[in-house]
Amino acid sequence: MSKIIVITSGKGGVGKTTTSAAFATGLALRDYKTIVIDFDVGLRNLDLVMGCERRVVYDFINVINGEANINQALIKDKRVENLFILPASQTRNKDALTLKGIARVLEELKKNFDYIICDSPAGIEHGAIMAMYFADEALIVTNPEVSSVRDSDRIIGMLSSKTRRAMQKMPPIKEHLLITRYEQKRVNKGEMLSIKDVEEILAIPLLGVIPESLEILKASNSGVPITYNKETDAGQAYLDVVARFLGEEPPKRKKKGFFRRWFGRKL
Amino acid sequence: MRFIEHIFSLFSSQKSAKLAKERLQIIVTHDRRKRRYLPLLQQELLDVVRKYASIDDDDIKIHLEKQGNYEVLEMNIALPK
Repeated sequence: MSKIIVITSGKGGVGKTTTSAAFATGLALRDYKTIVIDFDVGLRNLDLVMGCERRVVYDFINVINGEANINQALIKDKRVENLFILPASQTRNKDALTLKGIARVLEELKKNFDYIICDSPAGIEHGAIMAMYFADEALIVTNPEVSSVRDSDRIIGMLSSKTRRAMQKMPPIKEHLLITRYEQKRVNKGEMLSIKDVEEILAIPLLGVIPESLEILKASNSGVPITYNKETDAGQAYLDVVARFLGEEPPKRKKKGFFRRWFGRKL
Repeated sequence: MRFIEHIFSLFSSQKSAKLAKERLQIIVTHDRRKRRYLPLLQQELLDVVRKYASIDDDDIKIHLEKQGNYEVLEMNIALPK
């Protein structure tokens, strides 16, 4: 059974695309056939973060409009087996996304993929709703900061009212909280909301915490998803997120991460 | 002197995360209540109308619109013939 997972947040710049790239790569590294779709029509960026920007020929909207078939639009990742990217259109706007069209494309993809990752655009408008509409599970990417937390709460409200599962009175979307850009030092100083604070306010289960890391910028600079490099704190944290998502608890790695955080910090 | 300043800054910054949490708890609760009130109102109106006429869930349309300083609640109920 394939699963559709939306990466969403409401607020922009919190790490949706970084997370989509890292999470999808992590799943593919675990041998699951994975596709990641860029729903940010008009502001395509996933291709750049994943380093395949020069290989885009057809896009998601072309497929929706029947101007290309799926196999023509899919880009196979060069580094990781089992990983594919469906880029957004750069020239149209988000209205080109129709429920009917998306449903058709997703049905087609379900035949061939274990996981379909939908990288949502920022905001709470049409594009964001289209990205979450068919989801079975959702990763809510949140920074420990007031506007991001508030927007995440708003998005959680929409997941339980504006999606297919909500409207057809099916079991609700499974929600996962992912805290990114977390800085333990600042939390210790009382300058930043703690993991527990964010969990308490949003009241959804925590899937993982990604520490603030200089490596993330380096990864997007070079177009290599952060999970491809196990040596980094953030990459390891994302791999732990993938493991936990797959139902494993990675305690050893977590401890190692802690150890590293305290003693081996090479910032 | 610097030590005292450090202590002070420690205290004031300790407040900022705490303050953020308090402010968020208030506004998020408020937002949630507001989000929930329309569907609840719709359900209750539906229940009231149902005492007198049999209508479906879809027969009631409710819409809230902001106009300047006030909000307009628009409601449409289709009654059976």
